[in-house]
Amino acid sequence: MSGETAARYVGARVQRLEDPRMLTGRGHYIDDHVVPGMLHAAFVRSPVARGTVTALDVSEAREMPGVAAVFTMDDFRDVCQPTWSTITGRDPNALPLKPLADGDVRFAGDPIAIVVAESRYLAEDGAEVVDVDLDAQPPVLDIETGLRSGIVVHPEIGTNLAAHIDAPAEDEKIFADAAYVVTETVVQHRYVAVPMEGRGLVASWEPGRGELTIWAATQAPHEMRSYCARMLGLPEHRVRVVMGDVGGGFGQKMFVTREEMAVVLASYLLARPVRWIEDRAENLLAGGHARQEQATVSMAADAGGRLLAARVHHTENVGSYSTPGTGSVGGGVAAFFPGPYRLPVMSFTNQAVYTNTCGRCAYRGPWLFETVAREQMMDVVARATGMDPLELRRVNVLTDDDLPYTSPTGVRYERISPAKTLEQAAGLIDYDGFRREQAAARAAGRYLGLGLSLYVEPIQTRGVLGSEGAILRIEPTGEIMLIMGTASHGQSVETTMAQIVADELGCDPESIVFLQGDTAVTPWGPGTGGSKTAVIAAGAAHLAAGKMRDKLMRVAEHVLEVSASDLQLSGGRVHVKGDPEAGASFAKLAEAAYLNPAALPADIEPGLLVSARSVAPPSTLSNACHACTVEVDVHTGEVTILRYVVSEDCGRMINPMVVEGQIAGGVAQGVGGVLLEHMVYDAEGNPLTTTFMDYLLPTACEVPDIEYGHVVTPGDTAGGFKGMGEGGAIGSPPAVINAVADALAPLGARITGTPLGPPQVLAAIAAAAAGE
Amino acid sequence: MAEHQVQATVNGQEVTAMVEPRLTLADFLRDRLRLTGTHLGCEHGVCGACTVLVDGAAIRSCLAFAVQMQGCSITTVEGLTPDSGELTDVQAAFRAEHGLQCGFCTPGFVVSATALLAERPDLTAAEVREGLSGNLCRCTGYQGIVRAVQSVIRSRQATGSGHEAEAGTAQAEAGAAQAEAGTARAAGVTGS
Repeated sequence: MSGETAARYVGARVQRLEDPRMLTGRGHYIDDHVVPGMLHAAFVRSPVARGTVTALDVSEAREMPGVAAVFTMDDFRDVCQPTWSTITGRDPNALPLKPLADGDVRFAGDPIAIVVAESRYLAEDGAEVVDVDLDAQPPVLDIETGLRSGIVVHPEIGTNLAAHIDAPAEDEKIFADAAYVVTETVVQHRYVAVPMEGRGLVASWEPGRGELTIWAATQAPHEMRSYCARMLGLPEHRVRVVMGDVGGGFGQKMFVTREEMAVVLASYLLARPVRWIEDRAENLLAGGHARQEQATVSMAADAGGRLLAARVHHTENVGSYSTPGTGSVGGGVAAFFPGPYRLPVMSFTNQAVYTNTCGRCAYRGPWLFETVAREQMMDVVARATGMDPLELRRVNVLTDDDLPYTSPTGVRYERISPAKTLEQAAGLIDYDGFRREQAAARAAGRYLGLGLSLYVEPIQTRGVLGSEGAILRIEPTGEIMLIMGTASHGQSVETTMAQIVADELGCDPESIVFLQGDTAVTPWGPGTGGSKTAVIAAGAAHLAAGKMRDKLMRVAEHVLEVSASDLQLSGGRVHVKGDPEAGASFAKLAEAAYLNPAALPADIEPGLLVSARSVAPPSTLSNACHACTVEVDVHTGEVTILRYVVSEDCGRMINPMVVEGQIAGGVAQGVGGVLLEHMVYDAEGNPLTTTFMDYLLPTACEVPDIEYGHVVTPGDTAGGFKGMGEGGAIGSPPAVINAVADALAPLGARITGTPLGPPQVLAAIAAAAAGE
Repeated sequence: MAEHQVQATVNGQEVTAMVEPRLTLADFLRDRLRLTGTHLGCEHGVCGACTVLVDGAAIRSCLAFAVQMQGCSITTVEGLTPDSGELTDVQAAFRAEHGLQCGFCTPGFVVSATALLAERPDLTAAEVREGLSGNLCRCTGYQGIVRAVQSVIRSRQATGSGHEAEAGTAQAEAGAAQAEAGTARAAGVTGS
C-alpha cells in the first residue's frame, strides 16, 4: 500500500522531547517517587575485605525509634530462591547471588544487614547500632595472588578462577620467521561507571492482590521483573516493574544487584513498600566496578609492517560478586581483538579471577580492552619497525576491497569503513601539520604527542538482545501513543523513536506521546544498553509505524472514498496527493475507526492499534577513528588535551545531535578513566576512593572540545541505522594513552597502560632517566 | 530530636516549618516541599546537582541545613520558570545545544549557570568552563553545556547592554510572574 511520506525528521537535529521537563526540574526520578506508607532502607556493610562473621546482633537496632525491621541473610534464606539474568541465561559456573553476607564477608562494602525504618535518617541511625563482630582474614586483591594463593574468595566454588579461555593457534613458524616480534604487557586499571544518580528502587508487595510492584532506576525493567519473579517464586505477570526518568546507567543498572534483591525481600516479608536510594559512597564502594584487566601481547609483523600474527594472554580481576554471571568479558575481548585490521592468525588465552574486591558490573563497552590493548600494541609495533603510527595503520587497515572479511576469531566484517574514518580523522586533526608543530615544540623543550585509535564497535543483538517491541495507538481523539520495551536513561530514545514514527505517519514528533519502562503495559524488551537502540528499537518503531500507516490508509479509503494509491500522509492527515484540503485528520479517521465500527467495511478491524517486533540482522558493526593531541608537562606530569577528533560511521543517523552527544559522553568517560579516575584499594583491601574528593571525575575544564566527522555506510537494518552508544568510551582510552606515549617517546619513557595521572607520568619519565 | 521553627521564602512563597536541626536543605526542599527538581548526586558537596540560590548566591543544598535558612530567600530550579512550560534563555539554550542527556545533573547546571551569568555576563570560553567546573555531568562530556552558556552570553550581548541589568534575570522574571515576594528574591540574585 502506498501512502508515501517525506523524511523530514530522521536525519535532522531535532530538539529533544525529554528536555523541557528535565530542564525545569519536573522530571521524575526514583528518588522523587513516593508511595504511601513506604519505609526506607539502609545497609550495614562490611568494613573489611574478607572475614568470618563471628557475631551479628541486631536487637538494639530493632528497638531504635522508627525502625520497622532489621533483616539478615537468616531472615531471607527461606524466601530467596536462586535466580539468574535472562540476558545471559543461567551460568553454571557463576555463583547465584545472595542478597546479604551469609556467615562471611567477601569485600569491603559487602552488605550484612538491611535496616528498614520510617525515614532514611532513622534507618541510618538503626544501621549505626547493628553489632557485627568480624574475624578479619587476609584477602586476595589482585590477579596474581588470586591465581596462586590458597585463599579462596568463594569457598563454594573452590577456586578463584571464575572463567577461562584457551584458544591456541599454529603460529610458531610465523613468529620464528617474522621480521619483527614485539611483546608488551598492557595494563588497565579499575575505574567505574558513576551514573550521576545511584541505584534506587521502591518495592511494594501487596499480599492481598498477590502483586509485587517495583519502581526502579533500571536499564532493563523486564530483566528485573523476570529476576525478581524467579527469586520469589512468583508468576512473572504478578510482578510489575516501572521506571521513570533514570539518571544514567552506563551498564551499572542493567542487571539486578544484591541490595536491590534485599529491598524486594524486605518488602515481601513486611508487606509494605520499602525504598532504598543509594548514596554516593555506597555507589563507589559497592555499586559495581569495572575495567581492571591486563594482557601480555606478542605481535609479529613482516618487514613492511604488515601484521602476521598475535598472541594474547588476557587476565581480568572480576572482584567478588559480579553481574552478570562471572563478570568475565574474555569472550568479547577475544572476538574483537583483531579490530579493523588484516590479522591472519591469533591465539588467545584468558583467566578471569575472583578477588575480595567489589564485583565487576557492565560498563559502557565492557569488552573494550580489546581496543585499548590492540591500539597500544599498534603503536608499539610502529615504534619497533620505525614506521609512523598512521602509516602502520594504513598498511594494515581493512579497505573496501577487503570486505567482506572474516577475522581469525570468526567475526565477519561488512558494511564498515575503517580506512575512510582513519583518513578522515587524520585530515581533521591535520596529521602532517601536527607532526611539524610537534617537532618544533620538541626543539623548544615542550612535549606534544598524537594518539590514534581505530576500532569496530559490535552492536549487542545476540540472542535475546536481538528484538524489540513497539505498540502504536492512535486514540479515538486522534492522539498518537508509542509504547515500547525500551528503557531510555539518557539516550534520547523518546525523541529518536518519535522522529521515525513521525516520518512514517507524516506528523510532528511533538504529537507523539512515548511510553516505556512499565512491564504491565509495554512489550517485552531486553532493556537499553549494548548500543542496540538504533537497530532493534528503531526497527520496531519503523515496523509499527508502517503497519499504522497502512491501517490509516485503509480507513481513509473508506472515509474519503478515494483509492489509497491517490492518497498521502502529511500534516497529521491523510489527503489526496497534491491537495492537502481534500482529506481527513487522524482524529476524523480515528472517529470512524473507533466510534462507528458498524459502518466500517467488514475487512477493516475497528480501532487504530498495531504492534510489531523487530528482528536484528545477524550482525551490525559500527566503526570509528579517534585522534587526540596532548601536551605533557614533564615537570608536573600533567597531561593537557589539545585537540580531540572523532570520525564516526554509525550508518544513517536518526539524529546527528544525539549521535554526537553519545560520542562526547563516551569520550569524556575514556579521558577521565585514563587521566583522572582510579578506584583504589589499599593493601588490606580497604577502598580509598569512595567520595568525589578522591574519585576524580572529569569536569568541564578537563574535557576538550570534541570535533566530529561522519562517514555514512548504511547498516543492514530498517533505515540503515547502526548503534553507536558505547564507541566513544571504547575508542578514547587508547587515543589518549598513545598520545601521552608519543609525547614522552623522545625521553625514552615507556607507557604501557593506565592510570596516567601525574604520579604515573612522572614515574615513567624517572624510570627512563634511570635507564630502566 | 528537638525541632526548630524556620521561616523562609521559597520560590516566592513564604514557608514556615518545624525541622530537626540535622535536616539538610536539600531534603527539606525535596521531601517536605516536594520540590524534587533539586537532585542529590553525592551528598558531600562536590557534584553540584543540588545547587539552589540562597539570597541570590548559588549554594549546595546538601551541605546546608534547613534550620540555617531562617529569613532567607531560596530559589530552586522550579522557581526559575513559571508553570506555563516556558523555558528561560538558559534552559532553552541547554535544549538547543543538547546540553543534557539523562537530565539528572541538569537542574544543578541550570541554576549554577543562571547564577554565573548573572554575576559575570561577559565570560570567555575558558571562564565558562572554569565557572561550571563545580558541577559534574557524566553524560554529555560538557560539550553542549559549554556551548549553551556561550550562546546565552552571545545572545544577551547581541540584545544590548540594556539587557544586562536584567541578567538576573530568568529568575527575576520568574519571580515577578510568580508571587508577591518575588521582588526580594530578584534583588538577591543580582548580587545585592
